[in-house]
Parts: sequence; structure tokens; C-alpha cells
Amino acid sequence: MHAHEVWESQYMSATPQSIPTDIFGKPVNPQKGDSYLTHDRGILSWLLTLDHKRIGLMYMVVILASFLLGGIFAIVLRTMLAMPGANQANHASYTDEQLAQISVNNDFYNQAFTLHGAVMVFMFIIPAIPAILGNFVLPMMLGAKDVAFPKLNLLSYYCWVGGGLFFVWVLGKGILNTIFPGMVEFWGSGGLDTGWTFYTPYSTSTGTAATAAVAGVFILGFSSILTGVNFIATIHTLRPKDMGWFQMPLFVWGLYATAIMQVLATPVLAITLMLLLAERMLGIGIFDPALGGDPVLFQHFFWFYSHPAVYIMIVPAMGIISEIMSVFSRKRIFGYAFIACSSVCIAIIAFIVWGHHMFTSGQSDLLNAIFSFLTMSVAIPSAIKIFNWLATMYKGAIVLETPMLYAMGFIWLFTIGGLTGVYLAALSIDMHVHDTYFIVAHFHYVMVGSMMFGLLAGMSYWWPKMFGKMYHEGWSKVAAILIFAGFNLTFFIQFIAGSLGMPRRYATYPPEFAIYHHISTLGSYILATGLFIVLGVWIHSLVRGRPAPANPWGANSLEWHTKSPPLHANFEKTPLATDPYDFDDWRWDENVGGYVMNENTHHEEKTAQTK
Amino acid sequence: MSTANANHAQHSEDVRQPQLAHHFDTLEQQYSSAKLGMWAFLATEILMFGGLFCAYAVYRGTHPEVFLYAHHFLNTFWGAFNTVVLLASSLTMAWGVRAAQLGNKPLLVLMLLLTLVGGCSFMVVKYIEYSDKWEHVSHHGSGSFSLFAGSRNAFYTEEGEFTDPTAVGQAVRYGESKQHHDEHAIAHTNQAGDLHDAPAKTLEHQSKHATEQGHQIVDATAAKTLDFKSVQTRPMPTDRSDIRRPAPAPQGLSEAFEHIGGIPAPYETLADAGTGHSVVTWEDLDDRQQGLVSQFFQIYFMMTGLHGLHVLIGMGLITWIMIRALRGAFGPSYYTPVDLVGLYWHLVDLIWIFLFPLLYLIH
Repeated sequence: MHAHEVWESQYMSATPQSIPTDIFGKPVNPQKGDSYLTHDRGILSWLLTLDHKRIGLMYMVVILASFLLGGIFAIVLRTMLAMPGANQANHASYTDEQLAQISVNNDFYNQAFTLHGAVMVFMFIIPAIPAILGNFVLPMMLGAKDVAFPKLNLLSYYCWVGGGLFFVWVLGKGILNTIFPGMVEFWGSGGLDTGWTFYTPYSTSTGTAATAAVAGVFILGFSSILTGVNFIATIHTLRPKDMGWFQMPLFVWGLYATAIMQVLATPVLAITLMLLLAERMLGIGIFDPALGGDPVLFQHFFWFYSHPAVYIMIVPAMGIISEIMSVFSRKRIFGYAFIACSSVCIAIIAFIVWGHHMFTSGQSDLLNAIFSFLTMSVAIPSAIKIFNWLATMYKGAIVLETPMLYAMGFIWLFTIGGLTGVYLAALSIDMHVHDTYFIVAHFHYVMVGSMMFGLLAGMSYWWPKMFGKMYHEGWSKVAAILIFAGFNLTFFIQFIAGSLGMPRRYATYPPEFAIYHHISTLGSYILATGLFIVLGVWIHSLVRGRPAPANPWGANSLEWHTKSPPLHANFEKTPLATDPYDFDDWRWDENVGGYVMNENTHHEEKTAQTK
Repeated sequence: MSTANANHAQHSEDVRQPQLAHHFDTLEQQYSSAKLGMWAFLATEILMFGGLFCAYAVYRGTHPEVFLYAHHFLNTFWGAFNTVVLLASSLTMAWGVRAAQLGNKPLLVLMLLLTLVGGCSFMVVKYIEYSDKWEHVSHHGSGSFSLFAGSRNAFYTEEGEFTDPTAVGQAVRYGESKQHHDEHAIAHTNQAGDLHDAPAKTLEHQSKHATEQGHQIVDATAAKTLDFKSVQTRPMPTDRSDIRRPAPAPQGLSEAFEHIGGIPAPYETLADAGTGHSVVTWEDLDDRQQGLVSQFFQIYFMMTGLHGLHVLIGMGLITWIMIRALRGAFGPSYYTPVDLVGLYWHLVDLIWIFLFPLLYLIH
């Protein structure tokens, strides 16, 4: 039977048995079937757990909550921009009261876009894939029981929670004070209106709570560093003995490249923020020209971190896409070594392109030209990935399950985002569109679209493994399509608005831009609808979903070699390495509703034979 | 946490060494993992200090004469003393690691104790130096640390470059909020001008001329001869043709990059070929450079302060492993924490090896 028929039969046929099974399709007794979810009970067994899987789930809760918060403010911004109303007309005709109200609205807008950007970047996009999916599947992909430093992992989680809660509290206070001016006496002032970039000298002189907000980001940075250190040590030392570097699943390569960037870039952000704090609190004049400093130095420092941070967001997503492309094309990944090396290559180039954020900040022409050239060279490893994915799909038996829909969406969005990145690397174009909606659209395509699609692809791919429940395939496909359509509607139009000169970070605009903003806002509502459907699908799955088989997709990386959800110690006995892209050992079993391993090819024996 | 540990123990199939965590197969694997993690962490430390070194390089490149002048206030003897102390403590630390590997508990504890003593002496000397510097710095500023940079020229062009105070037309006020700050600063400048009489005598570089100049600042401020919109904190450049003036230093970061090919001219002229001495005096600095002297101390305090914090953390860690060593936790089969703390201590030492010449031995 061909693979796609197999997949059809999965949903056409009668409901599969709803009994948890092991990887050979043998039922396991649910009563005795211990899993990491049921291993310990009680709230403390979660809060103090050292289990990487539970820490991954705890990350999932808080990171998705910040995604919700950042998303709500995205909708608020888009709604404000759809109805700039009074702000749009001639100010001269307004009374003082009306002007005051406009001023309040604009303050609110500034704080709202800062909250949206800062929460999304620092608390969702950067940590999401490594912290949720990396924590959950990385040790299992390596056949290990845990990450190298489980206590450090928990510490990293609490750094995140502590820093994140503080950060949201500080920013949220400002928002609430703008809405309810009386509350400022109750909890003090707060808020942040610098944008997520904290550019000096504005950030050293703004009256909003930049000091506290920067301290929050500083703590969040520690979480990122600790996760990175942990992953590097895990990948180096906890691989199975027979798994060489080029036998690792590509998601592990992605996480490895990400961890290197986290470890090398985040401390620079830490020292930058520390100097910013020193400047605000002690009057140390490193960045403030009034104190003898140089504000462009801040931009250099900041982007030395934040440009690699952009790749911290995208590289692990690329790893997920590599896994899914192969599994759902039922075909060995094309160009394994090229994909693996291009991840590391992107990580290296990430550190030498930061200057392209400062083409208009008074850099010398020579530096601009060098950074322009280096930036364009990022397109090479990125294109290597794209072409290898396409070659993997070519003549594969493509199965359009939810993870694959997201993965194909990823290719689409990342291609648009990446190619416009090459536009922006060209100096002359960047001068023209700098700080316009063209930039906004570009980085949303790369950072948000691609990374969010990578996360959603990964979540729907590993969801059965994480919770031992299947989700409703139909609704989740509807959601995937809505999200794709909504995203493109929201942001593609912004390329046009930006190239016509619509500047970013403004609460209002001339009337000729109204049509673009209206379309964009409509798209954002569709996008939000799709995301809420995903949430509904997930909740429905937790409550009503049928038990997931050990291997619903027929993948062969090691995390599928244990039951769903996995045991507390991941595997019954330490597995040997497998070829993650050889799917021959698995056959479809209708009764199980998933793939089971052929009895006659016990994979340990097979591995031993091939040695 | 104890529950979790107990549960982990259930998974161990064989009798395992107590130090071996459940997810490792052998102590060697655990050791190499921990060591790799530590190296990765040390890389983050280096990158973090790298930011400070970068800021140092930029400002030394843009204002070489200021650094040349200001570093004379640092005490080279104490700096060298601290270097020797830290190097010696690195030796005792390495010796301690060896003692742990050999299972020599008394030697290990002794060596850790000596390392701790080294760390303590370093911090004591640092305290002496800091309190001394605090005094000096306040003479050059407006009386307190938080404000000693507050009296600087608060003007820059719209392109973000510093402006020559004489180029009045291009100068813009860079923020309303700064105005308030500057008015404070003026008050302090005036005080500082008055104070110049007394402390100037204690500083070898201060001359009568400088004292007069201090008054000039006050006078020029009062006269408001420049046509700025707001209160001016800087004097008109006085006619000082009798003083050897260095060529203007590159003033913005982008310019600094353009000068990267060679040391900017003022550096050469100031390192007086005739005497072989590079004594830059207060009068050698122009007004703007005098204002930037405090920046050297800001960078000095940031760099040595962060380093001192690391020394303190290292001392805490050494105390922790010393207590564990006294309880007999380490031996030839398990000495990972000693080794890791040793690595950390060597890094702290290494950073100081760079800080000492960069800050104390400028020529």
C-alpha cells in the first residue's frame, strides 16, 4: 500500500482501538502504564521537577501565555491603526481637550507597540522553540534520560519566569496607568515606550520605567544563556555511543547552532543592558552624548546581540522543518550534510552582519558596503536549506497532514522574508525603505511568520508524543490554512505600504495609506481567528483526543521509539542510534492508528548488523 | 527536589556511585559534560567582558590624551601588587586541583585557603584604591559620583556627532528632559569651581592656571556669551595659544573606525619624544577633553567593579568547595567541582591580566 493510501485509511477506516500501545503495537495496560505525566503527582512535583519533559511543558504554558499577551496587543495596535480617526485630520481645528486626548492615545500606542514587540521578542520568539520543543525532544532524540544539567534547566526556567513576570508587570503598569490614570498612585508609574530596541539616548532620558524593564530583560537573558550551555553540553556528551555528529537528527543540529548563538551573543546584550542601567542610575556616560558617550556604540552592542537573536529564532524552526519535510514526504532528507552545515554556517555569519541595522546611523561607507556584502551572503546557507527541502519533497509521497501544511507554509513565508532581506541588504534600497512598513513586513515574515509556523509545525508534530493524545485533524488543517491566509493578508500589503513611504511606529498616517492599513487589520483578525482555533483544537485534544500511538507519523528518530507519552526516564532501556531518515522499519497498523515497528526487524539487532 | 531525586534513583539499575547523576552512564561522561558546560559558560563571561573592553577601546581610540592623563591617578604599585596576588592565587588554585586529583585532602584545603586569602587581599587593596579614587574623581567633577559627569557639554548635532562648542549654529538641545539635569549640573559646576582652590594643591598637575580656569568656567557661564537657547554649561574657548594643544581627536564611533589603521595623531605628539615621558597635564587637555576625564574613571569603575564582583563570587565558590573538601567529598574519582571552580578562578585572573595594563600602564 502506498503511503498516502495508508494515510487516507487512517481517517477513512473505523476508529482505531483507543488503547495505548508500545512501539510494536502491543497494548500496554493503561493502569500500569506509567508516564512522565503521571509519574509524580501534586503541584510540587511539577514546580520542582528536574525532568526535561515537564520543564518543557511548564515553558510551554508560560511562553504561550506571553504569546497570547503579545498577540492581544498586536490586535490592539492593528485596531488602532484601522481607526486612527481624529489623529488623522488637521490638528489645528481641535480644542485643547481633544489634543490632550490624542496625546494620551499616542502615548498608549507607543507603550502598546513596545509591549507587543518586547514581549514577543524576548518572551516568545527567542525562547519558544528551544525552551519548549528543544527541552522536550532533544534528550529523547539523543536516546538520553535528560539534559546534561537538569538543575540548571530548572534554574533557567525560573530565571525566565522571574524576569518575564517582572518585565510584564513593569510594562503592563504603564498600559494600565494610561487607561486608568488614577491607578498610578496605587502601584506607581511604569511602562516603556522605547520600542523593544532600547535605543539610546531616548532610553536613557525617557520618563517611562526603562530601568526596571531593562533589568527584566537582563534576567531573561540568563535563562537563554543557561539553556544554551545546557544544550551544548547535552549534544556533545549525551549522544548514544554509535551516533556520530552526522547521524544526529537535523533538529538537533538546529538546536546546536542556536545554542552556540545563545551562548555567544546573549552576554553582549547583558553587558549592554548593564551599561544602560549604569547610565540611567549612576550617570555613567557610555552611550549618552550629553555625558560624553556615543549612542551609536549602543546600536553596535545591541545588534551584535540582536542580530544573532534573529537567527536564534529561525534556526531551530528550520530544524523542525527538516524533520517534517522528510517524514511527511516519506523520503530520506535530501542533502543532510548541507542542511546540517548550513545551520552552523548561519550561526557564524549571524555574528558579522549586525552593521546592516545601522546603514542610516552614520557608519562609514566602507563599513556599510562590507556589512551589505556579508548580509547578502546569509542568503546562501538559507537557500541551501530551501532547495534541499524542495528536493526532499520532489517525487516524495507527500502527506498533507497538519505539520506538513505548516512546514510548506514555512517555506513560502521564509522565502518571501528571506528574499526581501536581500533587498534590504542592498544599501540603496535600505536607505529608501529604512524605518518604513517594508521593514516591519520583512521581519514579521522572517521572525514571526517563519518562526511561528515552525513552532506550530513542531507542536502539531510532537503533540501526540507530548500528551499522548491525537488532535482533530480537520479543524487543525482549517486553522493552518486560516493562519497562512491571515498572515499573508496582514503583512504582504505592508511591503507595498512601506515602499510607498508609510513609516513604522507611528500612531497615525495620511489618508492615502488607509486602504493598506484596513486590509492589514482585516488579515490580523483572520490570523487571530486561526490561532484561537489552534488553541481550541489543543484543548479539545487534551480533553477528548483519542490516545496517541507511539508513532503516529512513521518517523524514525529516537523520540518515536518510546511510547506516547514517554516514560519518566524516556526509554525502558537505553536505545541504540537509528538512522532518523530511514522509515523502512515501520508499517502502518490500522488497529493501532499509527505506525508499528516490524516485529522481525528489531531495530537494535538491525543496527548491530549494519555496524 | 528530594522527591525527584528519589525517583531518579529508582531508575538506576546497578549500584552506582553516589556522585553519578541518573542520566549519565559513567563518571567520566559526567565530568566531561560538566567541564564542557563550564567552558561554554566561561565563553559567555569573556563575551560579557568583551563588551566592556570594546567600550574601552572605542573611547581610548577617540580620546587617547584623556586616558593618558587620567591613568596617572591610578596607583601602579597597588595594581602590580594585585596582579601578583591574583597570579599567586591561581597557582595555589591549580595546586589545589592537583591535590584533589591525588586525594590529598589536607593539601587541598590548605591550597583553597591560600587562594581565598589571595582573593581577600585583592579585594582589600581594591577597597583602598577605590576610596582613594573616589576622592580624586570628585575634584574633577561636580562633587559626587552620580553627578561627576553631569556637567558635560550636552550638545550634539542632529546626526549624533559631537559638535564643537564654537559651532553654535549646528548645536541643538538634545532633549528637554536634559535641561533640568544640566541646570543641576551647573550648580555643581559652580561649586566645583569654588572648590578648585583647596583640593587643587593636593594634585600635582594642578597649577594656578587651572584654578583660574575654574573661575573662568564660572565666569563664562554667568556671562552667557554664547547664543544657545538654554543655559550654557561650557565656557567660551579661551585664548590659550601658549599651551600646546593636541589635534582634535576623532569624535564619533564611525570616525574612530576610520582611524583604525593607525594611532591617532595626538597620541604621538603627547608621548614627548624629548623626555621619553608621556606626562599629560591638565593644561594639555582642551575644554572638551577635560570634561571627558571622568569618562576614564567611569570605564575604570565599570570594568574593575564587574571584575571585583566576579572575584567575590569566586571567593564564595571557593569557600563552598572548601567546606565540601573538609567533609571529604572529593577524591581521585570525583573532583569535578574543584576543577570547575578552578577554571572560573583562572578566568577571573586572566581578565585582571588584561585590565591591569589597559588601565594602569597606559603609555
